[in-house]
Amino acid sequence: MDTQHVTVTVNGEAREADVEPRLLLVHLLRDVFGLTGTHIGCDTSNCGACTVHIDGESAKSCTLLALQVDGRQVKTIEGMASGADLHPLQQGFWDQHGLQCGFCTPGMIMQAAWMLERNPQPSEEEIRDGISGNLCRCTGYVNIVKAIQQASGMLSEADTAKAEAAAQVQG
Amino acid sequence: MAVEMEVPTQTTPEVGGMGHSVKRKEDPRFIRGAGRYIDDVVLPGMLWLDIVRSPYAHATIKGIDASAALKIPGVLAVITGADLEKAGLHWMPTLANDKQMVLPTDTVMYQSQEVAAVVATDRYTAADGVAAVVVDYEPLPVIVDPFKAMETGAQVLRPDREDRPNNHIWHWESGDRDATDRALESAAVRVSQRMHIPRIHVASIETCGCIADWDAIRGQMTLHMTSQAPHAIRTVLALVSGLPEHNIRVKTYDIGGGFGGKVPVYPGYVLAVVASLTVGKPVKWIEDRSENLQADSFARDYHIHAEMGATADGRITSLKVRTLADHGYTDAAADPSKFPAGLFNVITGSYDFPDAFVEVDGVYTNKPPGGVAYRCSFRVTEAVHAIERMVDILAHQIGKDPAQLRMENFIQPEQFPYKTPTGWEYDSGDYGKALKLAMEMIGYDDLRREQAEKRGRGELMGIGISSFTEIVGAGPSHQFDILGLKMFDSCEIRVHPTGKVLARIGVQTQGQGHETTFAQIIAEELGFPVADIKIEYGDTDTAPYGLGTYASRSTPVAGAATAMASRKIREKARHLAAHLLEANPDDLEWTNGKFSVKGSPDRSKTIQEIAFAAYTNHPQGMEAGLEAVDYYDPPNLTFPFGSYICVVDIERSTGEIKIRRFVAVDDCGNIINPMIVNGQIHGGLTMGLAPALYEQITYDENGNNLAGTFMDYLLPTAVETPAWELGKTITPSPHHPIGAKGVGESATVGAPPAIANAVVDALWHLGVRNIDIPITPPKVWAILQEKGVAT
Repeated sequence: MDTQHVTVTVNGEAREADVEPRLLLVHLLRDVFGLTGTHIGCDTSNCGACTVHIDGESAKSCTLLALQVDGRQVKTIEGMASGADLHPLQQGFWDQHGLQCGFCTPGMIMQAAWMLERNPQPSEEEIRDGISGNLCRCTGYVNIVKAIQQASGMLSEADTAKAEAAAQVQG
Repeated sequence: MAVEMEVPTQTTPEVGGMGHSVKRKEDPRFIRGAGRYIDDVVLPGMLWLDIVRSPYAHATIKGIDASAALKIPGVLAVITGADLEKAGLHWMPTLANDKQMVLPTDTVMYQSQEVAAVVATDRYTAADGVAAVVVDYEPLPVIVDPFKAMETGAQVLRPDREDRPNNHIWHWESGDRDATDRALESAAVRVSQRMHIPRIHVASIETCGCIADWDAIRGQMTLHMTSQAPHAIRTVLALVSGLPEHNIRVKTYDIGGGFGGKVPVYPGYVLAVVASLTVGKPVKWIEDRSENLQADSFARDYHIHAEMGATADGRITSLKVRTLADHGYTDAAADPSKFPAGLFNVITGSYDFPDAFVEVDGVYTNKPPGGVAYRCSFRVTEAVHAIERMVDILAHQIGKDPAQLRMENFIQPEQFPYKTPTGWEYDSGDYGKALKLAMEMIGYDDLRREQAEKRGRGELMGIGISSFTEIVGAGPSHQFDILGLKMFDSCEIRVHPTGKVLARIGVQTQGQGHETTFAQIIAEELGFPVADIKIEYGDTDTAPYGLGTYASRSTPVAGAATAMASRKIREKARHLAAHLLEANPDDLEWTNGKFSVKGSPDRSKTIQEIAFAAYTNHPQGMEAGLEAVDYYDPPNLTFPFGSYICVVDIERSTGEIKIRRFVAVDDCGNIINPMIVNGQIHGGLTMGLAPALYEQITYDENGNNLAGTFMDYLLPTAVETPAWELGKTITPSPHHPIGAKGVGESATVGAPPAIANAVVDALWHLGVRNIDIPITPPKVWAILQEKGVAT
């Protein structure tokens, strides 16, 4: 089958590939770029294991074509930590036992990150609603909610610290 | 709110032995997306296998034309049943000693059955090949109803089984039929009920898959796969294929949920093995979600009729249960071989009464193989549902509070070990204590008052209880085997000279956290910090033989092996310490990870010092090194228990059921890691909620699966799942080395009847006696319409 060229920035790094037009984004990430942290759980965009960010928006990569991200920015679970420093959501999931088999975890973290960017201090109901497109079979969601609450607290503390530092500089 | 109970500990948090909520050692890889699951594994030169599946539930195959598929560039081979028949591989044994087709030679028996396999250079080309294979089917009449399958004159679905003249697979019974009949006849109160526990599917978020890698030069078959029982797979593969077992290596990776669905051998695994043997390259097979939901083994599908006898004031005297078990076209149940209906005769539950009789008949239908687990494989869920529903029906029938009736019928703490009328010996329990705690946590008396007030206003509120007894930890070798393999389990521990530990176990984690909890058992027994202990499993070339993880057997069996292997090491360490301290071994005492001379605590050697000496300064006459292995054959099963209380409000305009609160008090004996135990219960409760209210695999009259995607098969999301409230009591198992009982299944077993009882409790005054699960809004709405209370 004929291929087409796709150029995409993944986790800040420019990547390119010649792909069949029918190739799904999740297979571009996993099979072509080797970023296997993004998982496949259902093929019908119900389970959210394949959730990534495209230009900052949460998206299910199993129902997008690779060509649809040509020229765009994609962020995956592999791009969440800065070296040894975990993202507050990663820390929250570990601290609160927000995962068991780990298969839904990358998608869950990506969805929660997108949610917290829009709503930094969500209520429990808003958290549950926000992750309702991501299925977890192991945890019963209780500790996932706690993990996101912990991350929300950590992020707002970090924001406060940043604001105070900025105020001091200005002062 | 959850009641945080104090879990006793004997080690410091740094050591992290039993009772500490140690953060999981496996999590750093998972939270970074660095877990390694089967579909993440790519081998050099690897090919892809995809499967042609039947659109019909029952049909004759008149021909398979693969010519168009073979013309597609990249399609290398198409394998059919005729090809397999030449090697005698078209049938394979199931775990229940029935037979299952790998590929059919003439007849398909259920929709989505494997019909042919396509091997190609990549995932997409293999799918193109599947689409291009033309199969000529002639549809046959379909039997989806097990009662119709049992009718005289019904079409015989398995003519290959010459020992079976009809669709009846087996009959199994337990207890005393005559005594139970007499007790029922003389009972002052008799209640009876039919109920169906429908087909459900584990639907772990990772589907099944494998890579078969045949190395012709070395004569080595490596099967990388999603398996909960890798050693059993290796032995079965050796027996079926004729390959020598030492040249077969089964290797698992991180497993994205199992819940029992990754115990069986599916045709896809065998096809990948055959394909790799044929083409001499690694061949990967990964099923998609629809294949997973439509063709993998199913759980439940028990049609139960129960009858209970009692005195006028509600003392239970007898229970009789008849059950039809729909196994689909082959019995692929993952039950121990002496137990075709699993441990279903634990059906007398938490109650003390003398007479019980249970009988089960297995039936063939045109459905995929049934009878494996949904977080409980041994039919305990079905048993608990029946007894807990019957107890509630009895209570309502005689007008007694269901909590009170349970309290009056519980087996009392002083009666343990308790022999049940169907032959089990319960190890320990305090059922009243668990129910009392659950009632306190939820404010039971206040809720009953509120319910009475609301009923006066026409509002529908229900309270449901389930006081379940689980039966796990299979099992003692005189009773338990699968295909002849005894159900012991194992642990091998190696202590390195610098005091670091490598331990390998015969069980297989799928998210339970074995890398953490098994390290905690060793930390408890030997005093090495959890951080210094690495746990490995899932590679049959290195791990000791074990039967794998399912039926909540990891802690009861392999956990015991781990404690026993640790104790063997401690005993050797005692002699090493005696040598180092120039003392008599009997004069040493073990505390906090060191041996010291009794009365002279300053004269001591830490386990790390002893480990170093095992390799650098061992006494003459003693073997060097510090290692041990233990194969643990449990003396009995373990019997975790709990009491759950659920409060529901029913919306009269829609039939929607709102779970307002759900309190779960569990007793799993001694606790290794409270955080992980709570996580297991949260997950188990959610897999109890799911079949109670949402999940069911249904078929139309033509055998079409109506729940073949996640758009139709409804897993609970975070929105439907309540904020579970947990409590604990601790009643150690007297026969387990660390007093633990296992917990993975408990909540899935215990939760559904609590929910069903709550819904029926809300509607009993309207004349509702039973609603089969899943209790969906349409079912409730129809009842509200019929009773004239819908708004």
